[in-house]
Order: sequence, then C-alpha cells, then structure tokens
Amino acid sequence: MTPRSIIEKIWDAHVVAELGDGQSLLHVDRVFLHERTGPQALAGLAAAGHAVANPALVFGVIDHIVDTEPGRSDRTRFKGGDEFIRTFRDLTRRAGIRLFDLDDPRQGIVHVISPEQGIALPGCTLVCPDSHTCTVGGIGALAWGIGSTEGEHAVATQTLVRPRPKSMYVDFRGRLASGVTAKDMILALIGRYGAAGGRNHAIEFGGEAVRALGVEARLTLCNMTVEFGAWTGLVAPDDTTIEWVSGRPFAPRAEHWDAAVAHWRALPSDADARWDAHLDIDCASLAPQVTWGTSPGHAVGIDGVVPDPAAAPDAAARAGLERALAYMDLKPGQPLLGLPIEAAFIGSCTNSRLSDLRAAADLLRGRRVAPGVKALVVPGSTSVKKAAEAEGLDHVFRAAGFEWRESGCSLCFYSGGDSFGAARRTITSTNRNFEGRQGPGVRSHLASPLTVAASAVAGRIADPRSL
Amino acid sequence: MEQFVRLKALAAPLMRPNVDTDVIIPSLEITSPSREGFGEKLFASWRYVEPGRKPNPDFVLNRAPFDRAQILVAGENFGCGSSREMAVWAIRQFGFRCVIAPSFGAIFESNCYRNGVLPVVLPKAEVEALGREAESGTLELEIDLETCTVSAPGGRTFRFEIAKPKREMMLAGLDAIGVTLKRRDAILAFQTRDRAARPWIWSV
Repeated sequence: MTPRSIIEKIWDAHVVAELGDGQSLLHVDRVFLHERTGPQALAGLAAAGHAVANPALVFGVIDHIVDTEPGRSDRTRFKGGDEFIRTFRDLTRRAGIRLFDLDDPRQGIVHVISPEQGIALPGCTLVCPDSHTCTVGGIGALAWGIGSTEGEHAVATQTLVRPRPKSMYVDFRGRLASGVTAKDMILALIGRYGAAGGRNHAIEFGGEAVRALGVEARLTLCNMTVEFGAWTGLVAPDDTTIEWVSGRPFAPRAEHWDAAVAHWRALPSDADARWDAHLDIDCASLAPQVTWGTSPGHAVGIDGVVPDPAAAPDAAARAGLERALAYMDLKPGQPLLGLPIEAAFIGSCTNSRLSDLRAAADLLRGRRVAPGVKALVVPGSTSVKKAAEAEGLDHVFRAAGFEWRESGCSLCFYSGGDSFGAARRTITSTNRNFEGRQGPGVRSHLASPLTVAASAVAGRIADPRSL
Repeated sequence: MEQFVRLKALAAPLMRPNVDTDVIIPSLEITSPSREGFGEKLFASWRYVEPGRKPNPDFVLNRAPFDRAQILVAGENFGCGSSREMAVWAIRQFGFRCVIAPSFGAIFESNCYRNGVLPVVLPKAEVEALGREAESGTLELEIDLETCTVSAPGGRTFRFEIAKPKREMMLAGLDAIGVTLKRRDAILAFQTRDRAARPWIWSV
C-alpha cells in the first residue's frame, strides 16, 4: 500500500465520486449552523425547494450575536439580533434540525461545543459556515469553514465539492517552556511564515510539543489554521484524544466504541507519508507571542519590537506595514512589552475552554486588574462556565476585577453588542486583529490567555513568565 | 449560480495585502439575515466617514470612474478571514463580476464561484503591474472564461487556471445543488456502505 498521511486517509474514506481535474465530491459527516450565517443557508434551501438530506447529522447553535450579560434573551444589544435568532430557531425547527438554544445547557461557541459534546469525532468530516471550523481538527477531524451557500449544499446533499488539497506537515519540535502555550505556537508559525503561509494546504500539526498538549490546547492550535491561510489543519488522534472523547454525550455508544477506536488508531500518518511541504518551529526557545499590527501574521516574541517597514521586501508589503502601524498608532522599533492597554479580553473559540480559564485564574489569584483597564472573561460554553464556577474560578476572576459573562462569541468581533466602551487598545485571547474587528478604531493585540491576564494586571503588555 | 462567460470592463485597483472580510463587510453592517442590500455597505469602514456616514473622497471606489468598475485588481490574500458570504454579496451587489489577485482567502474564493464573481489568480508581479495601470482609471480588461485568459491593452494576454468542474458550472450558470443531486445514487450507496463501516457516525 502506498503510504498515506492522515489527511489522505480521511479524504479517501469520504470520496463519494471523483469529478475530474482534482475535484472530489466528499461526504460531510456533520454540519453545524449558527444564527449568524445559518438562517441564510436554511432560507435559501427552503426557497429552492430542497429538503434537508439528513437532519440528524445537522446541528444548530446560537452563539454569535447573543448578549453575554446574565438574564439575556432573544433581544440583543446588537440591532436586529433578535431577527437572526428567531429566524434561525424557526428554520431549524421546520427542518427538524437539533438546536442548542439559549437556554440549553449544551449551548456555547460552535467550535467549543462540537468536540465538547462528542459530535465532532476523530476521522470525521465536519463543516460549518464559519471560518474557525478548522478548530475541530484538534481532535483529528477534517473540518473546514464554508459560506452560507455551501452550507445549503452540505445540508441538501450531505456532500461538498472540494479540490484535493496539498499536504503540509508542521513539526513543533522540543518542549514549551512554562508560560508558553499552544496559542504562542500558532502565532509563532503565522508570524514566521506569514498570513498566507499555509495557502491551498491541509496541515498536520505534529512533533513533541503537540503530543504534549491536551486536547483543548490542540483545538487552540488548529483554531488559527485559517489565519495561516490554510484550508484546514489537524492533529492526529492518540491516547490523549481517545480518553478525552470517551463518555461525551454524542460520542460512540458502548456497542460501537471498540470499532470506533480501532478506526481512529489507524488514522495517524504512515511513517513515510509524502508531504507537499514541511515546516518546523523550535518550541524549546519559544517566547510568548503577541501581535503588533492588523494581520495575525504581525506576530512577534513578546520581548520583540515593532518592525520597520523600510525592511519590507517590496513596495506593497511596505505600504501594508505602514498602514498597520498608522492604525495601531505604533512606531518602528518600539518594544511591545510595557505598551499601555485599556482593555483585556479572555474568550472566543480560540481560548475560552476550562484549561484556558484555569491557567488565567491561576495567574490572577491574589492579583488585581490595573486601574482603568476594562477586563472580561466570556466562557466558551455554558458547560465550561458551570465547570469553572464549580471550581470557584468565577470568584477568582471577579476578585481580580474581571467581568464574568455568559458564553458566546462576544468581543471576538464587534457587531454592536458587547463593547469595550471607550477603550482603544486591547489585549485579547481571540484570533483576529483586523482593523475594526473588535470595534471601530479598536487596536487589538492577540496573545494567550496567560499573557492577557498578566497584561491586565500590569495595565501594559506584560510577559506572563515575569509574574 | 450566475453565469459568467466573458466580461470587458473597467478595473479598479485596491492593492493592499490581506484585505479581510471584516473590512469588505464589517460585522456591524450585517443587520438582517437577508442576502440583499450589501452593495452600499461594501468596504463601509473605508468608504464612509463619520459623523454622517459621508463618502470618503480618498477611497478609490468613491471616485469616478472607479465607482462603476466591474473588475477589482487586489493585493495578496484578498478576502482572508471570516467566512461571511456577505463579503461576496457586497462585492457582487456593488457591481463587480471579477476580482484579480495573487491569492485569495480560501472560503472567500469558494464563495465567489457561488455568486457569479470570478476569482482570477495571476502571478504577483502581473497583478501589481495591472494595479498600477488601473490607477489611471482607463484600464479596461477582457476576461474570457472559455479560454481562461485576461486580455490587457497592447495585446497582452495572461492565462489563469480554474478547475474544469468549476469552470463548466460557471460557464453554464448551473445550480450546484442540482448538479450534485444528479449523483444521488452514488451518495446513497456511499452512505449505505458507511453505515456498516462507521455506525457511530450515524447513531446520533
């Protein structure tokens, strides 16, 4: 047998038909929809007279534009939010699609709950009209983001047409130092190879540092594959994965468990699998990362400085860097450490799971957020929130001066609901530092929850290793 | 989907790299779950100045003749970021039928095909040259999907690649779901085999 990568194995197992010129019709095992981009998909489907092919394989959740204050309802601070929520609820009900509604204990950010509930599984294909669907690669699924119209296609046919991707292996060598996390690994990769460094590729993340990560951290790692410009990324399942999946509500039932595990054990790439590209990152020497600019590719070590556009390879790149500096109100050569921040955010499908909250709370215990800094934590799911409260983490965050919220996407993007108020410079555990992403004129610095917590305490960008 | 065969039209330049879908259509502008009404919201945060949401005279698409351009010449990694299809709806509803760039965000590129907007990838040096020429406001390009070529003044022709099934779908303006449902038997046969091979996928 020709040696194959995990990507080829999952791909081959899902080909319904070859369409020629490298295009395959792929079976889609799971479809997730949310209230922001799901209504358009379901309404389009109904308008065209197509039925939902397999309602049991489709799941809906309300996460994107809900308020996160206690006592929330369909009415949102975001203008028009209730129309998204009610339309989506109505369309899922009519289509016979399971919905994790606002009051459901399974509610949460779609990419947090799909593995948490055991709906996303190793070796499965999963799509959602949301770019961070690649997150779910952390448990060894082949998962990718699509548009609403492709969402219609997936729901109507249980398939999608895709070109066979190029494959890339990223070897994260060595062990992370204390205070350095999966978020820093992926930011370092994007910072070094650029925001389009993974273009046209499906990526397997491997190496000693990846093997040492828990599943939640692997989800963080895969979350930002899209910021690397890749089609998607994943981590091969291992004992850590299988143990984590076991017992989850939608995980394989007892009578199928052994067969499922045998299937998952066969997924890892063969030793001599062929890769179209191979990159590596040395993790032992890795510092916490922080972005200075308006692209996730603008990441540097926290002890680094803002780069000089004069050193850019060409005029277009130089203009891009100059524009980013102007938006971020920074000067070339300026150190990131010590830069005053006005807000701190812990949340999003990147970094809102229990392990993220525990790590940040450990750092915050006995400390206070600096005066004038608006700080909030938005747990990734209702279940994460409850588990954190059972451990008393909410008390730690509140005592430190953080607001403690209901689960949702919140300030990962600004749509008129949750807001940083007058604050302009934020340190954030999210995935995008685009212009205006967190609000008009807001300047976002991406970092790990540890770095966010340390910076919130210092009132400036701070190295968590120094606390 | 909307048919695309040939287009001869004016090109507008927007050569910044990494123009993301949050900039193409800011989240704040997506106020209803409809597919319409996005044209005037395209690039809202660059196109308008507050207070009063007045057109920003410095923004290229607010200046004649670019306000009637149907081809956008763009920088690297255009349409990266969020999957929001509203970004393509905004591009299309503004009047664009084609975006030429050295590379695209993957989801944005897929969304283009579904909405009658042809994403054309050309080498960076060629796109940058076209972008500079487009500044004059007189660059007319002819895009031919049958021959997969972009023709520029002076007899210059650039070839681009597009997978055959996608090209045929766009040339004929076919409904993608309808085309796939013609393979319903193959899909059902796959699912029958899969229910036996991976029963845990199906018992949810």
